[in-house]
Amino acid sequence: MDASIRLRVDGQWRTLDVDTRTTLLDALRERLGVTSPKKGCDHGQCGSCTVLLDGRRAVTCLALAVAHDGAEIVTAEGLADGEDLHPVQRAFLEQDGLQCGYCTPGQVCSAVGMLEEVKAGWPSQVTEDLAGPPELDDEEIRERMSGNLCRCGAYPNIVAAIRQGAR
Amino acid sequence: MTETIRARAMGRPLERLDGRDKVVGQAPYAYEQQVTDPLYLHPVQAVIARGRINAIDTADAESLPGVVTVLTHLNAPRLTGDGDGDDRELWVLQSDEVHFRGQFIGVVVAETSEIARHAADLVRVEYERWPHDVELSADRDDLYAPDKVNAGHDTDTDVGDVAAALADAPVVVDHTYRTPMEYNNPMEPHATVAVWDAGGLTMYDSTQGVHVVRQRLAPLFGLDPGHVRVVAPHVGGGFGSKGAPHAHNVLAGLAAQVTGGRPVKLAVTRQQMFSVVGHRTPTIQRIGLGAETDGRLTALVHEVVEHTSRIVEYAEQTAVVSRMMYAAPNRRTRHRLAALDVPVPFWMRAPGEAPGAFALEVAMDELAVACGLDPVELRIRNEPDVDPESGRPFSGRRMSECLREGARRFGWESRDPTPAARLRDGWLEGTGVAASVYPRIMQTGNRAWVRYGPDGRYEVGIGAVDIGTGTWTALTQIAADALEVPVEEVRLRIGDTDLPEAAVAGGSGGLSAWGSAVVGAARAFREKFGRHPSAGDEATGTAPESPAAEDFSMYSFGAQFAHVRVHADTGEIRVPRMLGVFTVGRVVNPRTARSQFVGAMTMGLSMALHEEAVLDPRFGHVVNHDLATYHIATHADVQDVDAIWLDEEDPRSNPMGIRGIGEIGIVGAAAAVANAVHHATGVRVRDLPITPDKLFH
Repeated sequence: MDASIRLRVDGQWRTLDVDTRTTLLDALRERLGVTSPKKGCDHGQCGSCTVLLDGRRAVTCLALAVAHDGAEIVTAEGLADGEDLHPVQRAFLEQDGLQCGYCTPGQVCSAVGMLEEVKAGWPSQVTEDLAGPPELDDEEIRERMSGNLCRCGAYPNIVAAIRQGAR
Repeated sequence: MTETIRARAMGRPLERLDGRDKVVGQAPYAYEQQVTDPLYLHPVQAVIARGRINAIDTADAESLPGVVTVLTHLNAPRLTGDGDGDDRELWVLQSDEVHFRGQFIGVVVAETSEIARHAADLVRVEYERWPHDVELSADRDDLYAPDKVNAGHDTDTDVGDVAAALADAPVVVDHTYRTPMEYNNPMEPHATVAVWDAGGLTMYDSTQGVHVVRQRLAPLFGLDPGHVRVVAPHVGGGFGSKGAPHAHNVLAGLAAQVTGGRPVKLAVTRQQMFSVVGHRTPTIQRIGLGAETDGRLTALVHEVVEHTSRIVEYAEQTAVVSRMMYAAPNRRTRHRLAALDVPVPFWMRAPGEAPGAFALEVAMDELAVACGLDPVELRIRNEPDVDPESGRPFSGRRMSECLREGARRFGWESRDPTPAARLRDGWLEGTGVAASVYPRIMQTGNRAWVRYGPDGRYEVGIGAVDIGTGTWTALTQIAADALEVPVEEVRLRIGDTDLPEAAVAGGSGGLSAWGSAVVGAARAFREKFGRHPSAGDEATGTAPESPAAEDFSMYSFGAQFAHVRVHADTGEIRVPRMLGVFTVGRVVNPRTARSQFVGAMTMGLSMALHEEAVLDPRFGHVVNHDLATYHIATHADVQDVDAIWLDEEDPRSNPMGIRGIGEIGIVGAAAAVANAVHHATGVRVRDLPITPDKLFH
């Protein structure tokens, strides 16, 4: 069964027909040709497909496209303003927070979403003081980014990049 | 000694040239190559481990709207050849036999991936089940000695009289070590897009070597290699598993023949990757060390039992590290295999050295304890003057310097060797050390071309690939130095069989092989056209001879240090710090090189604490076949991991003076963690991974 939906992807409204079984990830990659979000596991276990969905980070492989009619999606591609990279992306380059690059768009989107969560005062598992605003130290970054796997093992550089990008 | 090129760009920490495309996600990987009107494939897998397909009913699947066809052994195009040897892994849909659980026995071709997946579930199969056997043990009566082990090493070696030396040794350490079945799990699952038209077969593939894919697949499809093009501009990791084509490539090639020229797309799922793209064999290793009371080794025994699949023999070279690492006058190494009904094992980062050095380097730590010696000092005392295996001098072996420099930076001098003596806030603290080694592997048969473009830039072409190692950047730096121009004047082209023949990105030898060919091409170009070429000038070259390779033993070395904290009540293990010090010849790009070292050490940390594929002997499959249950290190597991290297070049190795860096970081890393866990807790864990249950007896 197909359904017609509209998605605003990286600032552009797109209309498409999707099989009701189609994930948001496959809708983006296979129907719209938006391949910035990557498929690493298709089970919400690796974070490679992370985008900002209505402003919050989300794994698109666990979202059905039909359930997100009208959604606003920002991918890593949309985080950059043409040639100008988002500060987090610039920091990933400078800190070499990537190797093969496959988890990278997901790491970048997750980092940007995570920084907003911290700004909004959301605590994490490792936050000591639940009353005050969370302080973004390396342990907080690592905890909050642990849904994004990187098999190349760029973690220390990714943490450094996020620290730099958060400034 | 080869004439080295002068380092101007080499040695500079250039940012990745492909980095911008990757941080925005615009670098196209295999499945993302834009093709017109593609069809989608979903494989059907066997659910028995051994037997025969009696009947396969595809009627329901084929009646599903959107299904184009379902291929099985009954109707698939025939492959060419006899399907022997290594080709047996690739011999899919050619017979009714099932050799391991998860084997591809069919493939659905459909208009969308959703339909293909649904249809694959509708294929009904009746099997004749035969008894299967997937259980490895050291006391099996069918263990056998392969003719050779991986990379062409001898299966067994004997030097001196090990039995007598062990009997006479005042100190003997003799234990069994185990490593589990492990999976590469690159973040980009194996994927391929195949187009079969009048021109032949084009494959956009996630591979570590475009030419190896062509070379293996062309004969199977009865095609001239010139009619097979393989393209891979960006590859999302491999760590060995993408070092050769696997069954899914053939499945895509078969399907592409029946679609009237429409492209077919096949993405292996994460779950399927546990059956069809290789794995690291489990190992059972006996290490026997005999030593004088001052720690000097008199005997070294390394006997390995591991598995292979019944259809293709893959014999991991686990014991070779013990042939050259230490100056023990009496040495014995053995490799024995059990041929089981398991998926085909294959390369995983530092095949041989990674599991072998875990056993050897934990045993060395045990010997240090037995002798009451510092483990750094023990290793220095057993440094050989020449390669114990070949008798040749090393082109460079600054192992002791790595150990000393690492000890200095790590604060090793103040270490109290007493185990289980540092309890702070409920956590037991400990530190450990291990040695690393990896051979310098020079792959032959590489060519490259240099063309001078109308824009005044030099185009340099070779069928190399970048699997995350930094090839786009480092090879550009080498080309710039070979041509004696700034990097901005070089435009690199890689990842395509239309470019000259290139070796696989593997064995830490990619950059050595490709860089040497690029140097050869640059020299040929300058010889022909001088310093002021005209647009369109072009020259092809191959790697210059490296005569020293015959006279010297070439390896990279390193020392790894780890600090662990073990929770005294729960056994939770944390690794606050790892430091690696390496000697690898010249480092072409310090920024990307450091990432590779740190990444490999992180994989070693993951090997130490997390990774274990659990094979269910009743059904023959890996139970934890996904990333939620096959654990790999994530952000929270990795704290301070750093790597440094000694400043040097190895002019005997190649014109760049490099030896290769991709794998050495994983070698010894797990042992350093295990040794630190012993120092923290007093518990010696000899089987990986080190999980909390193993700390409580």
